[in-house]
Amino acid sequence: MARRVRKRDRLRWSLLYTFACARPAVLADDEQTPFLQGPGYSRIVHCNQSQLHGKKPLDYSSNYISTTRYNAITFLPKALFEQFRRVANIYFLLAAIISITPVSPFNPMSMIAPLAFVVGLSMAKEALEDWRRFYQDMKVNSRKVSVHNGQGQFGYKPWQKIRVGDVVKVEKDRFFPADLLLLSSSYEDGICYVETMNLDGETNLKVKRSLEVTLALEDDEAFRDFTATLRCEDPNPNLYTFVGNLEYERQVYALDPNQVLLRDSKLRNTSYIYGVVIFTGHDSKVMQNATESPSKRSRIEKKMDKIIYILFTVLVLISLVSSIGFAVMTKYDMPNWWFLEPNNTTSLYDPSKPVLSGVFHMVTALILYGYLIPISLYVSIEVVKVLQATFINQDVLMYDEEIGKPARARTSNLNEELGQVDTILSDKTGTLTCNQMDFLKCSIAGVSYGVRASEVEIAAAKQLASEASGSPEHHDDTEELGEDNAGFYGTSEIELANGITCMVEKSHKPAIKGFSFEDDRLMHGNWTNEPAASTILMFFRILALCQTAIPEHNKETGGFTYEAESPDEGAFLVAAREFGFEFCKRTQSSVFIREKYSPSEDPVEREFKILNLLEFNSKRKRMSVIVRDEGGQIILLCKGADSIIFDRLSKNGRLYENDTSKHLNEYGEAGLRTLALAYRMLDESEYSAWNTDFLKAKTTIGPDREAQVERVSEKMERDLILVGATAVEDKLQRGVPQCIDKLAQAGLKIWVLTGDKIETAINIGFACSLLRQGMKQISLSITNIDLLTHDANKAAKENLSMQITNAFQMIKLEKDPDAAFALIIDGKTLTYALEDDLKNQFLSLAVDCASVICCRVSPKQKAMVTRLVKEGTGKVTLAVGDGANDVGMIQEADIGVGISGVEGMQAVMASDFSISQFRFLERLLVVHGHWCYKRIALMICYFFYKNIAFGLTIFYFEAYTGFSGQSVYDDWYMLLFNVVLTSLPVISLGVFEQDVSSEVCLQFPALYQQGPRDLFFGWYRIIGWMFNGLSASIIIFLLNIAIFYHGAFCAGGQTADLAAVGTTMFTCIIWAVNVQIALIMNHFTWIQHLFVWGSVVAWYLFLVAYGLSSPTISGNSHQILSEALGPAPVYWSATLLVTAVCNIPYLVHISFQRTFNPLDNHVIHEIKHYKKDVEDQHMWKREKSKARQKTKIGFTARVDAKIRQLRGKLHRKVSSLTIHTVS
Amino acid sequence: MNSSSGSAAGPSSGSGDGSAPRRNSKRPKYSKFTQQELPACKPILTPKWVISVFTLVGVIFVPIGIAALMASNNVVEIVDRYDTECIPANMTGDKVAYIQNDDIIKTCTRNLTVPKDMDQPIYVYYQLDNFYQNHRRYVKSRNDAQLKDADQANKTSGCDPEKTTKDGSPIVPCGLIAWSLFNDTYNFTLGNKNLSVNKNGISWKSDRDHKFGKDVFPKNFQNGILRGGASLDSNKPLNKQEDLIVWMRTAALPTFRKLYGKIHQDLKANDIIMVTLENNYNTYSFNGKKKLVLSTSSWLGGKNDFLGIAYLTIGGLCFFLATAFTVVYLVKPRKLGDPSYLSWNRNPSGH
Repeated sequence: MARRVRKRDRLRWSLLYTFACARPAVLADDEQTPFLQGPGYSRIVHCNQSQLHGKKPLDYSSNYISTTRYNAITFLPKALFEQFRRVANIYFLLAAIISITPVSPFNPMSMIAPLAFVVGLSMAKEALEDWRRFYQDMKVNSRKVSVHNGQGQFGYKPWQKIRVGDVVKVEKDRFFPADLLLLSSSYEDGICYVETMNLDGETNLKVKRSLEVTLALEDDEAFRDFTATLRCEDPNPNLYTFVGNLEYERQVYALDPNQVLLRDSKLRNTSYIYGVVIFTGHDSKVMQNATESPSKRSRIEKKMDKIIYILFTVLVLISLVSSIGFAVMTKYDMPNWWFLEPNNTTSLYDPSKPVLSGVFHMVTALILYGYLIPISLYVSIEVVKVLQATFINQDVLMYDEEIGKPARARTSNLNEELGQVDTILSDKTGTLTCNQMDFLKCSIAGVSYGVRASEVEIAAAKQLASEASGSPEHHDDTEELGEDNAGFYGTSEIELANGITCMVEKSHKPAIKGFSFEDDRLMHGNWTNEPAASTILMFFRILALCQTAIPEHNKETGGFTYEAESPDEGAFLVAAREFGFEFCKRTQSSVFIREKYSPSEDPVEREFKILNLLEFNSKRKRMSVIVRDEGGQIILLCKGADSIIFDRLSKNGRLYENDTSKHLNEYGEAGLRTLALAYRMLDESEYSAWNTDFLKAKTTIGPDREAQVERVSEKMERDLILVGATAVEDKLQRGVPQCIDKLAQAGLKIWVLTGDKIETAINIGFACSLLRQGMKQISLSITNIDLLTHDANKAAKENLSMQITNAFQMIKLEKDPDAAFALIIDGKTLTYALEDDLKNQFLSLAVDCASVICCRVSPKQKAMVTRLVKEGTGKVTLAVGDGANDVGMIQEADIGVGISGVEGMQAVMASDFSISQFRFLERLLVVHGHWCYKRIALMICYFFYKNIAFGLTIFYFEAYTGFSGQSVYDDWYMLLFNVVLTSLPVISLGVFEQDVSSEVCLQFPALYQQGPRDLFFGWYRIIGWMFNGLSASIIIFLLNIAIFYHGAFCAGGQTADLAAVGTTMFTCIIWAVNVQIALIMNHFTWIQHLFVWGSVVAWYLFLVAYGLSSPTISGNSHQILSEALGPAPVYWSATLLVTAVCNIPYLVHISFQRTFNPLDNHVIHEIKHYKKDVEDQHMWKREKSKARQKTKIGFTARVDAKIRQLRGKLHRKVSSLTIHTVS
Repeated sequence: MNSSSGSAAGPSSGSGDGSAPRRNSKRPKYSKFTQQELPACKPILTPKWVISVFTLVGVIFVPIGIAALMASNNVVEIVDRYDTECIPANMTGDKVAYIQNDDIIKTCTRNLTVPKDMDQPIYVYYQLDNFYQNHRRYVKSRNDAQLKDADQANKTSGCDPEKTTKDGSPIVPCGLIAWSLFNDTYNFTLGNKNLSVNKNGISWKSDRDHKFGKDVFPKNFQNGILRGGASLDSNKPLNKQEDLIVWMRTAALPTFRKLYGKIHQDLKANDIIMVTLENNYNTYSFNGKKKLVLSTSSWLGGKNDFLGIAYLTIGGLCFFLATAFTVVYLVKPRKLGDPSYLSWNRNPSGH
């Protein structure tokens, strides 16, 4: 690779940056040696001598990573172990083992086959999933990177072959293959830009700097003889710390995190870097951060376990009853039963040892009544969930055309959990927003420019239009608005009743990325005609100059693109370019701007000398440059948060303050990010005096250097003159406000957890209507407390506790029912709030607030907040995010949803569901979640019903056989009952059931609340179904016994034997349970009809086929249907009678319920069925709007608030008018 | 599929690499099935529907009930318990000793009065009480292969404890069921005329044809020390031994009847039938009752009042329910699709 030296590469950034740390000098030997030898600091890396790392103790782990759970050898034992962690499976395993002994009432195959099937299927699923993980790992491991092979030659090698000590060369836009020590970069001063999106989700670039001493290693050749020794800490998961030193050319240099490039971050804006591998594979910090993904189970499944425990208890109880009965009968009665030859028995039936026989019988009974525990339940649920997941994957309405990705259910375990979500914890960047900034509006000299409306305004206006004008409501808000955003443009003007006009101009798709501004007053050089042209000029110059970006010439278009640290800055530069102030060149000390005052003119290139650059940081919230223009005038140009700038205005700089702040409010309300711009003219003497101070501060050595620099900077940034403000739209993803609105209406709480700055987060809060004007913001923050000492820690906590108590007071005292509160908390404060003694207080405050925004949170904190919500409220949480920084949260939440957008795949890899856009969450939850919840709930209830109904008949019959363990049914019937005869209908229930159609689900978000309130799987329901099963079993048994008591059952005079009674009883059960499931279903497609009635037909077909088989197989059931039962009217009339009697109680129950207490879905179903929604549209619309939860967030709430406010105003106006007339 | 794989927290690095070329290949195919939009019938449980279902059930069940009851009423049944009567007065103290004493001739005579006209065929049953033919040890104690096939006479698995004789030769038919074959016999005389009992066709045809071999003859049967029930004629193939075939169909309940034979002669009311029976079978050990039953049959089978009554009851109940729901519907009607029943309209304070 020939080194391309570009001019800009030669910049020495370190000279420009104010806050850049001066390189610490060489450490004195005695200072560092003891420091790096203790435990935890034992790693030694021989740079460029990776062969030394071939043997112990330097043989560190390879760069091969593996995230699989099993390998070829461990798969079988481990996967089997996993399977038999399910209690029911253990039971069935024991049953299968026992079934080989004579204790078993059945033949062994009928126990072993279903178990093998169930376990085999689940294991196959595990194997498939693990294979996919393995495949993904392989893809990563085989990525190529350029490695030093010795003799100054570099060659490509797969990642997995990289060893500690290797020198690698990473090119632009590539990921670092391991944790590296930065040696040098394409920039002369050894800096490079790194994107750490995958680590912490922050999108702005970070600057890393190499040591001065290694700067010379700037081409391949230089590594021919390079050696150095690095001593550092052992692998650990702390992303932001690094302790180590480098021994190079007999000098020891201290290293800090600035020189370390972490695996999975990406090199940006830098052509290449050289680095030495320090940590490989699982030793790397990012892998150390990885946590084993927890296997999640849904609430319903956990509850199902409890039901299974209950059934186990019942099973043990009835087995006990049966065994005691058996022991008693064996002891007292059996000696009299000469036909059993009681004196010549095995210990299974030994009257002289009744206790032993009883114990043996206990085992028999446990197996015999095992039909109470539905073995096929697990496998059926697994099948159903996989099919449900397929439907989610196949949903065209969750397919994103732009990215080309459908929604994916990555695990099928949690489908039904989607229907019970209570709280959504969302990441911001990439999830709610696209992380693309559009320059939209500006306020210059007290005049607001920019006619285009922000998305929030469009959405709100749309809402206003439909609410206020009463026009027939569109079919589906979400879709329609979604389409608007997609590109149906037009202008609509909405006049409200009170005469306030809201102008909505919908945007053309921005032709220029980052620039959506539209106003002829400023464009095409027209600004020169504006009254305050000179101020406008200054405004544009600030945009173009007050930045740290690098222009890049685009050969295709001839224009410039900018690589900026933050997307805002990029938007400003693009805007400046469009206004005619094109930033074209940056040198060490100057910035060149091509200025063009009118379109016809040729641009004039002007040079501005950059004297100082006062960097942005979150504490300062502003940045400034001091430039000398061509005329020699020194100007300080400053941009920053409005509050900060307004505090620093000079007396005569406040000319536009009122207008500007009014505009800033408007912009904020419109969901835009705002910055205020100001300048200050400096005279030479003042500047040079300050500069001396500044240089002194800059060269201070010691910990307070930065504070000093800040203090000096502060001195300069005062007496500013306000020019105006900018408003940038942080482009929300499509349909986000609508989706949030809908989700809020469905009763979901939404928390935003973001790594961003507090201001950004608040802006986005506004943009997606989580915040609105008039909401009371409760901001929790601890400021200026030295966190080092123990006491300070305590003080901080007390402080926070006070704040929380005050906030509680505030909420309590609030009288206005419409008042809404928003809680905003930053990461530092959150550390305290999440500690044990405060977290419950914090949580209950948060629950009282309509929206919660946590800013500056680390990935770990995201996970901790998620855990707090999950455990504190006990409700289902869903975390949604797109970056690697969201992985913890996604794994911690009950459901993790990954956005498979443009960023990396980490979030998706860790997630349970992946969608390509936030807005699909609505359909995922409200439609699929709702359906899946109901389906699974009904399915499980029915399963228990069916198995109780069947299993208990076996028990009752026992009492008639002297508790001997004889089953009334043929073994084959029992085998088929769960596997064939009743499984398909229940699967079709679990897969296809729909209480209402998907449109209705979306129109009535209140229906979703049936899930979180657990209407369909509450204990009341479950016990109801169990009673239904109990009554069915009693009815089936007693009626059959009574009918077949002893008389002849057919015209031929023969009496019924065991096989005839068993077969009839079984027929009754098949009919009863299948009619029952037909009564449960609300939705019959041909599939359901086929499965339900097909199962009944299958039973008769089986019976015929079984009857035809050889009598050695079918035994007493030989030809039972064709000869014995078929011709007997008693058989058919018993079937009819029993089926009817079993189902009448349920029918009465649901008829009664529907008459007096219909559920929402019943009523809506009826409305739909009778087309009332078409006849009485008004009612339909009214109910739709009532079905929404009363929300305090979302733009509906925002519009409501606005309308209230306007009404209030109008009212005041009217009343003042009245007063006026009266007076 | 490449995007989806394991759920391990693989910070295995992000990849933005090209999904572009295969843009539309991942688009789910639209079909009514995959979009869950198949045409479906969505029945609604309206009051009308409920009432008509109950009425319909009533309309169907009541006639069936009446028909069944009538059929059952036409059946004439004579039941005579003889186990207590057929013991000489001096032996009542030790019935078991009596029945186990082979030396006593246990003939006994009973007179039965025909209550109503009985049309032929008249079925003769014996009824045993408290006899656990459904005990697991008993039910399992047989070998179907052996009964079917002469070649498989040695197959006696499952036949414990009546498997082989002392010297190890297999018993055919083996097992407890066959061993404990019922051995009371009945002879009927009407006036002076003997009423012949036809013992052919009392078992299932399929049993005779497929289950009990025509070339399988009893072997070593009832040769052990412990005598069970009846002996078999070792020159008669098993498929002709219909008593055995009937007996081998084990009953479901401890009280059961089994067909003994058929009398092809009409009987008039008040005819007196004299039964000469041999009271051989030991039910005294376990306090079992023995009854002789003569019964005619209808299309429904034997006497079975329960079925008719059950049908009538359920039919009646359904009529009642239909009426009840009609009343409810008239008194407190709920308009279908009435939005005031929606949860948010019922408790306006919220959910």
